[in-house]
Amino acid sequence: MAERTSWSLSGALRGMFTKQTIDDDTWDDLEDALIQADFGPAVTDAIVAELRAKVARYHTTDPVDLQRMLREGIEERLARHDPTLTLSARPAVVLVVGVNGVGKTTTIGKFAKFLRGYDRSVLIGAADTFRAAAVEQLATWAERAGADIVRPQAHGQDPASVAFQTVQKAMNEGIEIVLIDTAGRLQTKGGLMDELTKIRRVIEKQTPIAEVLLVLDATTGQNGLAQAEAFIEHAGVTGLVLTKLDGSAKGGFVLAVQEKTGIPIKLVGQGEGINDLTGFTPHVFAQQLVG
Amino acid sequence: MATFGNLSDRLAETFKNLRTKGKLSAADVDGTVREIRRALLDADVALDVVKEFTGKVRERALGDEVSKALNPAQQVVRIVNEELVEILGGQQRRLEFAKKPPTIIMLAGLQGAGKTTLAGKLAKWLAKDGHTPVLVAADLQRPNAVTQLQVVGQQAGVAVFAPEPGNGVGNPVQVARDGVKFAQQKMHDVVIVDTAGRLGVDADMMKQASDIRAAIGPDEVLFVIDAMIGQDAVATAKAFQDGVDFTGVVLTKLDGDARGGAALSVASITGRPIMFASTGESLDDFEPFHPDRMASRILDLGDILTLIEQAQGAFDEDEARKMAEKFSTDTFTLDDFLGQMQQLRNMGSIKKMMSMLPGAGAMKQQLENFDEREIVRTEAIIQSMTKAERTTPKLLNGSRRLRIARGAGSTVTEVNQLVQRFEQAAKMMKTVAKGGMPNIPGMGPMAGAGLGGNRGKQQPKKKGSKSGNPARRAAENAALASGEKPAGAIAAGGTGFGLGGGKPVAGKTGGPTEDEMAALQKMLGR
Repeated sequence: MAERTSWSLSGALRGMFTKQTIDDDTWDDLEDALIQADFGPAVTDAIVAELRAKVARYHTTDPVDLQRMLREGIEERLARHDPTLTLSARPAVVLVVGVNGVGKTTTIGKFAKFLRGYDRSVLIGAADTFRAAAVEQLATWAERAGADIVRPQAHGQDPASVAFQTVQKAMNEGIEIVLIDTAGRLQTKGGLMDELTKIRRVIEKQTPIAEVLLVLDATTGQNGLAQAEAFIEHAGVTGLVLTKLDGSAKGGFVLAVQEKTGIPIKLVGQGEGINDLTGFTPHVFAQQLVG
Repeated sequence: MATFGNLSDRLAETFKNLRTKGKLSAADVDGTVREIRRALLDADVALDVVKEFTGKVRERALGDEVSKALNPAQQVVRIVNEELVEILGGQQRRLEFAKKPPTIIMLAGLQGAGKTTLAGKLAKWLAKDGHTPVLVAADLQRPNAVTQLQVVGQQAGVAVFAPEPGNGVGNPVQVARDGVKFAQQKMHDVVIVDTAGRLGVDADMMKQASDIRAAIGPDEVLFVIDAMIGQDAVATAKAFQDGVDFTGVVLTKLDGDARGGAALSVASITGRPIMFASTGESLDDFEPFHPDRMASRILDLGDILTLIEQAQGAFDEDEARKMAEKFSTDTFTLDDFLGQMQQLRNMGSIKKMMSMLPGAGAMKQQLENFDEREIVRTEAIIQSMTKAERTTPKLLNGSRRLRIARGAGSTVTEVNQLVQRFEQAAKMMKTVAKGGMPNIPGMGPMAGAGLGGNRGKQQPKKKGSKSGNPARRAAENAALASGEKPAGAIAAGGTGFGLGGGKPVAGKTGGPTEDEMAALQKMLGR
């Protein structure tokens, strides 16, 4: 059941879609597949109910139709929100937040490279002053991407001040895009979440923030929703980044996150290479997921 | 689905419905099982495990066991508890050390699971136990993982073997092998090998991991997994089991609000025990994992045993005995009060401790509001008193109180409140000490009383009496009231807390650790 070779659900679904007709087993298999893709019981029930209704309405018994409806249904749900990044401000300040170990630093490295590819000047602010060697890790990525970096002057410096200095430098030097890394924090840590609010406030004294990107790990389960809600409340998240999609996890929970919060997925990370970050396209995502 | 509670909350909700019924019908069981299934899925328990689990619960709940029961809700709780313990991996296991040092421990897991941080925690924990661990930086993949390990090693005060700069340079297999040689030469008795994070689907990286394993022949291979992981835990765990055949599991980021459902099922699917739990960002936030305790945590019985252990670790036996004497002879002073409070602080974050108490699920909000600095303020007030005032609080007249308030930077009202609390406490303790019935009377009011900041101050007393008093009382009253027995020392603690939370779940939790549960049950008076 746990197919490991492909990110797609197709392995789990293959059995049901090769059958001649839709029967009870089909529905059970579909439900299991969706739950195992971390869609969560609520969204799974909703999708299955919707599909049942459609199948009844169109009097179809062909699993191929069902597959198409599933793909369209997911695509439609994903496409309800606009995944375009708004980076037209100058400087466009992007704050990157998330829990520990989801890949914030890596995402920034890849995002910087992505932007450099469009010949934008990029400045990175290393406001993760907490974790050991986080600044060095980010510096390595900055170098690979060909971006400039602002480091904290001392270990444990107030991250808000690093963010402030970064934005200031960008404004002085006319740099187009500013990416600010923050320390990973669990959404349950009130004090740390307040720190984010402060970073935000400090940056906004100089210039509006263009995007606050919440990085979510595709392997996360239903806790992803709790993460999103907390970060939206404290950091005013404007977009989601889904990372580690190159693994066997499907990241189905983002659908629930996007629906509950109305915050669109904007970027997708699919590997450790510097070019493994792409914009989010509902059509492609649904296609890959369902097969 | 409106409320997105965690497993604990969900199950509590389920049982609340159940508890209102006189007896259990087949439809009740089905409804309950459906709720449990839903709750477990919401908690990211793997689907296969959920199916097996709910199947067993249904079967047992419909069997004789329940229909004969006096209280069906209690029965279902017991069944669920027992089954949970089984899922969680049955018995706990300790690290196995090599007969001939060094003991080699290899860490493996996905990216971002927390391996490097865990390496530091494990090293610190082992060093505290008198071992001389060395960390080996075999994560040469992630930028500056080597530097991070060096910093972590420094914080933990242990040696780090890092011959390669990392960032893609160097051969991790070679580094791991050299690390073991290094440990042999320098007489380190434990080697902890940190490896790069890798995906289960990445064949090359898994091959590398198994090469490392083959090269160093580790005594333990620990699979580090994030408690927040979803359904993919199963696929990943299987991939790592095939790839490196880990011997134990470490659960990280348990300080978040994820219940760690899927990670817990990893143990049952792979048959490997969860050995450690990592519960915070500081290097000390690390503890051996107790499956049976985790089960009662999920059931919201509170992690009573862990709590008691922590309290006893911090509490000085002699001190406790002295205190008990003071209670009984009526010479308990503000100084002692302060002393107890300071001891309590040794036990670490009060918030953390309180969150282990049964029923804490419902008190979460209050926990959030609880201000630990309250203790500091109380300390300040007591320290602003003269020696004479501390020993005989009766001296405290209006002008003295004003002086104290000024000295402590607080208000007279606060001083008054403190004195009042102290008097109550002293009185309560005296009663308890004379009565021979340990803490229960004291606990009730305690728990009921304090929602706000006051909790902190009252708690110290409880702690004291729990550890010290019962033992002493038991000794003295052994002849008379032998019914309670000295076992009270441990049981009493549990009791108090149980009552404190006032949580419903209690009941017949007979299952896994018969004795503890029996004691607990008695305490809870159900």
